Amino acid sequence: MIKSPLVAGVTAIMIAGSATAQELGDAEEGAKAYRQCASCHQVGEGAKHRVGPHLNGIFGRRAGSMEDYTRYSKGLMREGVDGLFWDLRTLDAYIENPKALVSDTRMAFRGIKDAEERADVLAYLRQFSANPANIPEAAPTAMPSEVDLAPEVLAIAGDVDYGEYLSTECMTCHQADGDDEGVPSITGWPEEDFVVAMHAYKQKIRPHPVMQMFAGRLSDEEIAALAAYYGSL
Amino acid sequence: MKLNRRTFVGTGMAAAASLSAPSVHAAGHGKPRVVVIGGGAGGATAARYIAKDSDGAIDVTLVEPTRTYYTCFFSNLYLAGFRTLESIAHSYGTLAADYGINVVHDWAVGVDRDAQTVTLAGGDTLHYDRLVLSPGIDFVDGAVPGWDVTAQNAMPHAYKAGSQSELLKRQIESMPEGGLFAMIAPPNPYRCPPGPYERVSMVGHMLKDMNPTAKILILDPKPAFSKQGLFEEGWAKHYPGMIERIGPDFGGADVSVDPEAMTITVDGEVTNVDVCNVIPAMKAGRIVEIAGVNDGNWAPIEPSSMRSTIDANIYVLGDSTSAGDMPKSGFSANSQAKVAAMTIRGELTDSRVFPAKFSNTCWSLIGTDDGVKVGASYEATEEKIAKVDGFISQTGEDEELRRRTYEESIGWYEGIASDMFG
Repeated sequence: MIKSPLVAGVTAIMIAGSATAQELGDAEEGAKAYRQCASCHQVGEGAKHRVGPHLNGIFGRRAGSMEDYTRYSKGLMREGVDGLFWDLRTLDAYIENPKALVSDTRMAFRGIKDAEERADVLAYLRQFSANPANIPEAAPTAMPSEVDLAPEVLAIAGDVDYGEYLSTECMTCHQADGDDEGVPSITGWPEEDFVVAMHAYKQKIRPHPVMQMFAGRLSDEEIAALAAYYGSL
Repeated sequence: MKLNRRTFVGTGMAAAASLSAPSVHAAGHGKPRVVVIGGGAGGATAARYIAKDSDGAIDVTLVEPTRTYYTCFFSNLYLAGFRTLESIAHSYGTLAADYGINVVHDWAVGVDRDAQTVTLAGGDTLHYDRLVLSPGIDFVDGAVPGWDVTAQNAMPHAYKAGSQSELLKRQIESMPEGGLFAMIAPPNPYRCPPGPYERVSMVGHMLKDMNPTAKILILDPKPAFSKQGLFEEGWAKHYPGMIERIGPDFGGADVSVDPEAMTITVDGEVTNVDVCNVIPAMKAGRIVEIAGVNDGNWAPIEPSSMRSTIDANIYVLGDSTSAGDMPKSGFSANSQAKVAAMTIRGELTDSRVFPAKFSNTCWSLIGTDDGVKVGASYEATEEKIAKVDGFISQTGEDEELRRRTYEESIGWYEGIASDMFG
């Protein structure tokens, strides 16, 4: 049961930019590609918040942390508090598939599938962060480029019964009725998003320690099983 | 059947007698029967999952003495006014009405392992194919010289939530200005490792406003305790100069009490106290010993299933067990209950059984919006339930993360409560 969006998402998040994000892209190309972002996000001298926040100084900033911008989603602010900082790696994951990083993001953007294009956009954006020289140069090479998920692993059909058993562990905190006070709801979460998000925790791209621990010990079969179960509800 | 069960629960003990008696006769040719003793995080969860997942194929009876159950977790928050007592109170109505569980409010006083029956204080006998024991803790007699349960009004333990929690709160509120609150902390292993220290934090929070010159003295037989760095950092920040802890090097393990005189003797030196919270050494709930499935103070279990190593028809959950690396906590008991429920259902109805997975997280509140957590995941090995991976809050975290951790604990409470009680 290969679901193409699922495979695309997982593959990309695992090996995101293994070829391109090792080095910065072309800022001039990035300026052109940025046009698709510009309708919501201003950047550069005098940039203001529009639909989305301005992106000056985005590198090294804590996610959801600009106090004068009031339209962050609950989930984005939560991730920021949990320790999500914007750097090449996290921005690359975010603009590739916003929901992989922040399930309830208000950034209604399909994402940029092409890794080179993402690297270009990030190279462009990086010019508008105050101290680009201070951005740790280790970040691009710290990408988990060695991680490799074989297509047959991605093709695993989730075992719904097993997923139901595994879900009992989730239910201790994530309420079945979808209540999201303090702990986000995962009820009715689309299967694809579920798989991508769990792998993001497993890869420690998403920050929360409890979720990193739970996801970290789930096998690929178990992630598929959980996603299949939650998808079957 | 379902209607009968609802009626039965609604009308209480009279109906219990009429329904439980035929159960003995039904043995062997009716539905398989599971009896669960103890309606806390282990027992209520196990009963609910067996009933829910077997979809009526297994008859589940839950024996719990109290009609209103107060969770021990979050009872410290009640002391400091962060929760009301009502908000940690739960009833068994949903388990009975929506899950078809026979809820019997009575004490289990006997287990006949050969006949596979449980005797209740009210005189009824329940037959079981599988028995789940999840009775929580009892106190070791004579653990603190001078104290026994008859002294629990003068010197409350408040380690079973409810009236004891109310009593302790009132006593703290009535302390004289500049008075002394003493806590006799328990030796390992005990229910909720960070619990006594979260309690000290909450008492500090109470006294800071209403009685700021009062002091808190902890007498501790342990050289170190759970989340120690986090608590000590928080105490210095929120309650500077208020809390003193005496460990075993300075007599913390050599303590006796006199509840009538309201004194404690530490290493031979007598001190007057205004409130004394005695948390004695613990052991498995009494029914474990009555059933004879204990080894010393605790019940040994098979790591892969929570089955008693002494009797294959009995499962033991939660605080009463020796569960390897897992701490005694509500989260642990809830986690273990799901493994046992799955195994029991597999045995009785041939449903699928998957490898056991266990986990735990304990949140503690140190001050207003200052929450911390520690947790781990576990797997069953040949010898024990072994820790795989874990995490703990760090000292020096910013206030926003601490507030978020506290909010997460509130979310967890709602989650586990609905996982236990439906």
